[in-house]
Amino acid sequence: MKAVYGLYADGHAAQQAVNRLRAAGLGDAQITILSAQPMEDFEFGHIDKRSWMWWIACGGGLIGMATGFSLTWLTETSWPINVGGLPIYAWWPNLIIIFELTMLGAILATVTSLVASAGLGRSRGLYDPEVSDGAILVGVEDPAADKVGDFRQALESPSGARVKTI
Amino acid sequence: MTHPAHQQINRDLLRPLMQTSWRFYALVALPAALVVAGLVSWFTQMFFGFGISGIRWPIFWGFYVTNFVFWIGISHAGTLISAILRLVNAGWRRPVTRCAEVITVFALMIGAMFPIIHLGRPWLAFWLFPYPSERLIWPNFRSPLVWDFFAINTYLTGSLLFLYLPIIPDFAVARDHATGLRRRIYAALALGWRGTPRQWHRLETAMQIMAIAIIPVAVSVHTIVSFDFSMAPVPMWQTTIFGPYFVAGAIFSGIAALLLAMAALRKILHLEAYLHPVHFENLGKLLLVMALLWGYFVFNERLVTYYGNGPAEMAVFWRTQRESFAPLYWTMVICNFVLPLSLMGIKRFRTITGCVIASIGVVIGMWLERFLIIVPALGHKYLPYSYGIYRPQPVEIIITAATFGAMILLYALFSKLVPIISMWELKAGDHPPADLIPPATEEHPLGELRL
Repeated sequence: MKAVYGLYADGHAAQQAVNRLRAAGLGDAQITILSAQPMEDFEFGHIDKRSWMWWIACGGGLIGMATGFSLTWLTETSWPINVGGLPIYAWWPNLIIIFELTMLGAILATVTSLVASAGLGRSRGLYDPEVSDGAILVGVEDPAADKVGDFRQALESPSGARVKTI
Repeated sequence: MTHPAHQQINRDLLRPLMQTSWRFYALVALPAALVVAGLVSWFTQMFFGFGISGIRWPIFWGFYVTNFVFWIGISHAGTLISAILRLVNAGWRRPVTRCAEVITVFALMIGAMFPIIHLGRPWLAFWLFPYPSERLIWPNFRSPLVWDFFAINTYLTGSLLFLYLPIIPDFAVARDHATGLRRRIYAALALGWRGTPRQWHRLETAMQIMAIAIIPVAVSVHTIVSFDFSMAPVPMWQTTIFGPYFVAGAIFSGIAALLLAMAALRKILHLEAYLHPVHFENLGKLLLVMALLWGYFVFNERLVTYYGNGPAEMAVFWRTQRESFAPLYWTMVICNFVLPLSLMGIKRFRTITGCVIASIGVVIGMWLERFLIIVPALGHKYLPYSYGIYRPQPVEIIITAATFGAMILLYALFSKLVPIISMWELKAGDHPPADLIPPATEEHPLGELRL
């Protein structure tokens, strides 16, 4: 993989680098930003924030609820046993099973959507181990050959920047 | 190009993962020996049968069910408290949450072992699972024991994921600092984490959703454990107060366990710069609130029984208040109410030492509470033919001790393999450096922050 990137000590410098790259004609999706913690105090930390995770969790909960209902309904009606005079399909106790499976469905859907939407478990892209020591990486992966100079200039502009090309 | 405070956090919190001294082996030797003794006792019980335990008619629930309820209660330390603190965005939670979440997972695992230990033929435990047997008979969903199966497994699955997700960024840091086989293991556990804004947003959203989902599950788990009792026609069990009473007791014992774990971690792993006296003070206040709530529930339960004046209920009532179980009952009251109230209610005692003493008292008191709910009532039911006594035998005592050993052992091993404090959350929270935290003085006994 070819890439050009800068390492910055603080969020202000990283924000400047991101702004310069945008000015050089890049869209947010083309800029790689890596940090060791969420950078919500900065504009670049809010890139790509919208997600469907809440809805997916609700969907998972509904699937769990349907599973809980089906499990209790099908099993109790297929082998009806009188237990303490309760109805064959007794809502009160079955609500407990339905509730637990609803929450389990929501939890599993959340984790699945996290893994899928955050790209976990896939091959790694641009990375520098200095990120884990607090550096903020801003870079461009697979830049066009004729643009590398412009991007490098943009990344070098914030003070204290250390720019690398790989 | 690195951040000095971040490097310091990495160094301090990765140190236990990268270095192992003889002290670690000495620390795990005793709990490991206890666990081995517990396993030997369990296999002995399987070989000779339940006759070697003190469990016999009419008291079939003794130490094992006491331990089951106790450990499920302890599990409320973590995920529930962590989820609540995350949702209210309490800044001081950051060094505390993972210490707490780990307790949940291991306490649940230990607690969930007891229904199996309590089986005469544990290899048939799968009969509890919801599957159609060869005669197509499914488990009885109207039984609270099957509700336990669903509730505990949902809570355990949720808690494991709630613990694992925020560790992923820390596994990435460990990956970058480790070498050889360790690096490969941490890299696999980090799932290719890089720290893009998208990944941070998704992780934080997932944690918010999980926190919202896990709170009602945690409450349901101990309510359902209480249903194991309150659904049975046994004196002093069949009461509507048991659900919230059990949940409050669980959170109470959970906070105590968390305080003990934090104090041990602070001392053994030298985490004084991260686990400050103010964290103990805040949790100590929570312990105080829960002690008052526990006292309120006990007062309610006792007063209503006393006014009801049912003969069977009153027999159990007096057995605990002033007859054979009175020493245990009043020890419980002292441990669960008098001690935490005296220590946590007075500011000068709300120190780390004070929190540890109060927490030890609460852990003992809450174990006694579970025992006193189960045994006196089962030994004195409605008709005299079912009266009986319970004498725990060595096999039960050793298995009980082994569970405490197992908890210490698992916790020690976990803190050896995974950063026990969430590094990225500390970094995100502008954690104040150690030099801003003065030592405790007479004037400022909690070492208040100079910010």
